[in-house]
Amino acid sequence: MSLWRQLTRGVHVLANQGAADQDVDDELGQYTAEAEAAWVARGLSAADARRAARLEIGSAIAIREQVRSAGWEHAVSALAGDVRHAARRLRGNPGFSCVAVITLALGIGAATAIFSAVNATLFQPLPYPEPDRIAMISDSGVDGQRLDVTFGTYRELAQRSRAFDAMAPFKPWQPTLIGDAEPERVSGERIGADFFRVLGVTPSIGRDFRAEDDRPNGPHVAILSDAFWRRRFHRDPDVVGRHVRLDDADYEIVGVMPARFEHVLAPAAEVWAPLQYQTVFGSEDREWGHHLRLIAKLRRGVSIDRARQDLNQIARAKVPEFARVPWADLQNGVLVSSLQADVTRAIAPALLAVLGAVLLVLTIACGNVANLLLARGAQRRGEFAIRAALGASRSRLVRQLLAESLLLAAIGGALGLVVAAFGVRALVALGPPELPRVGAIRLDATVFAFAVIVTTAIGVLVGAIPAMHASRADVQTALQEGSRRTAGHQRARGSLVIAEVALALVLLVSAGLLLRSVRHVFAVPVGFDPSHLLTMQVQQSGQRVGEASVNYRIYTDTIDAVRAVPGVSAAAFTALLPLSGDVDVFGVHIESHSGTKDDGAALRYAVTPGYFDVMRIPLRRGRLLDAHDGPGTPRSVVINESFAARSFRGRDAIGQRLRFGPEEGDWYTVVGIVGDIKQSSLDVDQPDEIYVPAAQWHWVDTVMSLVVRTHGDAAALTPAIRRAIWSVDKDVPIVRVATMNDLVERSVADRRFALILFEAFGAAALMLAALGIYGVLSGRVTERIREIGVRSALGASPRAIVALVVREGMALTSLGVVIGLGAAAAASRAIGTLLFGVSPVDPATYAGVVALLLTVSAIACTAPAWRAARVDPSVTLRAE
Amino acid sequence: MARRPEPPADEPNTDVIQGTLDLLILKTLSLGAMHGFGIARRVEQISRGVFKVNPGSLLIALQRLDRAGWVDAEWRQTENSRRAKYYTLTAAGRKQLDVETADWTRRVSAVARLLKAEG
Repeated sequence: MSLWRQLTRGVHVLANQGAADQDVDDELGQYTAEAEAAWVARGLSAADARRAARLEIGSAIAIREQVRSAGWEHAVSALAGDVRHAARRLRGNPGFSCVAVITLALGIGAATAIFSAVNATLFQPLPYPEPDRIAMISDSGVDGQRLDVTFGTYRELAQRSRAFDAMAPFKPWQPTLIGDAEPERVSGERIGADFFRVLGVTPSIGRDFRAEDDRPNGPHVAILSDAFWRRRFHRDPDVVGRHVRLDDADYEIVGVMPARFEHVLAPAAEVWAPLQYQTVFGSEDREWGHHLRLIAKLRRGVSIDRARQDLNQIARAKVPEFARVPWADLQNGVLVSSLQADVTRAIAPALLAVLGAVLLVLTIACGNVANLLLARGAQRRGEFAIRAALGASRSRLVRQLLAESLLLAAIGGALGLVVAAFGVRALVALGPPELPRVGAIRLDATVFAFAVIVTTAIGVLVGAIPAMHASRADVQTALQEGSRRTAGHQRARGSLVIAEVALALVLLVSAGLLLRSVRHVFAVPVGFDPSHLLTMQVQQSGQRVGEASVNYRIYTDTIDAVRAVPGVSAAAFTALLPLSGDVDVFGVHIESHSGTKDDGAALRYAVTPGYFDVMRIPLRRGRLLDAHDGPGTPRSVVINESFAARSFRGRDAIGQRLRFGPEEGDWYTVVGIVGDIKQSSLDVDQPDEIYVPAAQWHWVDTVMSLVVRTHGDAAALTPAIRRAIWSVDKDVPIVRVATMNDLVERSVADRRFALILFEAFGAAALMLAALGIYGVLSGRVTERIREIGVRSALGASPRAIVALVVREGMALTSLGVVIGLGAAAAASRAIGTLLFGVSPVDPATYAGVVALLLTVSAIACTAPAWRAARVDPSVTLRAE
Repeated sequence: MARRPEPPADEPNTDVIQGTLDLLILKTLSLGAMHGFGIARRVEQISRGVFKVNPGSLLIALQRLDRAGWVDAEWRQTENSRRAKYYTLTAAGRKQLDVETADWTRRVSAVARLLKAEG
């Protein structure tokens, strides 16, 4: 087998280099001897025969080299030789090697970690078959903001549009699971029958929902997640047909989803049941409420754009068969996006910005390592000149230098993977809650390939510049002048430093703008006092939901029990907890605005008396809600000041009546105006807010949030408060426990995530740029030591010499700053969506960053300048 | 001064045509085991000095043929009791010789036909 022989002979040569050489030498020796003998036989003397044979055969060494370089193993051993040589070189200069390897390891590690997150979230397709055929459809508000759709809209679009194979509305559902164990609230969804078909996933056990499951008063059927099936049913293979008691009803289990099913829209969902909305409904019914999300599967061959056009055409053209209500008349069109875009919308800007930042840092790190290599190249000019003079080819020298940089990069890359492994963990821990598919963020083959490619590219790029310089060197002048004149190196190194400063400036400006944004966000008044405030969600299980007054009674009893806990100063319930993600919006109709029935929409807070005191929401005018506002008294509401100013056309809001919720419902009188509070997040515009006494609302809220004002540490009281709640009703699930400060923090998590990383990267960039400046100047001083000696011999003061060095350093920095300013202005526009309350060209930030960079580079200049000033002219001149 | 024997001036010796060295070696070895110098000498003799085999090229070619499995190499005593590396043709080498010979013949006759047509 010839391939086998190729391999074994080659390996044999590699393993016994000496023996192989000896073999060739012996053979040549014998050849020469035979040739000599032949010449002697033809009549030459021994001496002449030897000469003739040698003439005929040529140099034995050259032939040996030829024979050796013919086999494949030669390339390997040459490479090994280069690597060995490079390793020896790197070991010979441990300081340089450590700095270079650590710089690269951190750079590559950080870039790989960030890439793993970006890859999992933005680049990898969603874990469904044909993920690009899955679209999300939203209603659109006046200013184009996304709104959940109504069931009415869904029904119209599903029946009129031809662009989709299937559409499925869905909404979150949090039933209480009642079984042998303690009551548990589970996460689930009510879904249209086609939901799983849109995603392209089928249950692994049992069946999918059918159209007949999803009809009003249809069967109570449920599909479970694999996790739920394992946890509650111990992987019972015959689970289909068994029942599970959710809220107040028995649900028959019809299917179990496969373990690999990953629900990107609601990762925590464990149970699904059909939506079962009415087919005939009036405007006051929930079917016209904006509370459904809508997912759809594009017909094969139909693009998202095409589907968007189709749906918007339908939205514009009303038809009599499908009545619409004023708040869902689709006059602003509908929004269609791919599921992937929808899932990543919140996090994509931050992630991309961070990826950009880390690539900048990596570039700066490479610049620094290239710089170090150039400096070493300058020192080794003599060595290269000698090797060139001895016959080393240019390509040989280039290969040698590339071997060195590739070895550096390879070690850096290997350590970088270790850094990345930690980095990924940190990222997942640090990641904002919007980060989807956290489980998919890991070091997989793609990420590994990324690291390898980046490492190789760095090895080549970083080595190319010094290699070009070294190989271009003119042997003659280099040998004559030793290592003194290196104008070319200086120019290259100077440009690298300028680039590093420019890139560092870009990063620092972005970090500065983010820092100011986060400060601004935190400076936004939340409208209440978030300190010493504990919050938790309490849910009355379905069984007990009965008469409104009974329910309300449970809340007031709970408040009394909680108040009795030592350390608690006040407590109240609200249907909507600020900054928790709760949303409950109702259309509003103000009585004095005759003619129109649509006065916008407002958040509805059903609260128990004392809520404003607990939250410390200030009363502006009128009165607060109190215990007298009950079922038997005139219905009263309190509204926020922005709403009062905006919607009452200059008239006093107090005393006016408004209606919200059901169209023919009760009129509520505005009795007071309170300060604005932030509901969804700190950085959005002020919404309209209506506070209604929980005892006077049409329906009973079975899910309410308890807010507790405490004297000391809020979180510490959690166990005592839980016990107090369970003393009233031992079956209520208590979930979502958090201090209000946590919620405030969480609402800025994506910005903070970007900020932390930008700060770290900015600091790294600053340090690397300073190191670069220091390295270049320090090298310059060494090279110019003779000139400096002459200058000081001629009477230049130390001060003038310091100025000489510093001027050079600051010139490089300034040039970098000027270039960087332009780049920073462009880059900060790219992170525009992450900014808040600060212009992308905020002068203060730019000035501050420039000052910081100049200061740091001035500091980096001082050490070389100090060394230059202490040059003793007699020593340097004598040394010549 | 002893006069050196030289090759005839009207027949300048030529390096072996690119790619035919393998064929020549295989053919030579088909007559029996031989060492490197013997192969070179035989090629020169049979070609009447037209081909001169460069020892470097020869050794490289032998190494290549060895690795291809067409020849085997072995150190042995020569008749004048020197140690020499003898090459023998393997079965695979014999097959290869047939292939290369047929190929060569085909080429030569094609070239010859072309030249005739031109003439």
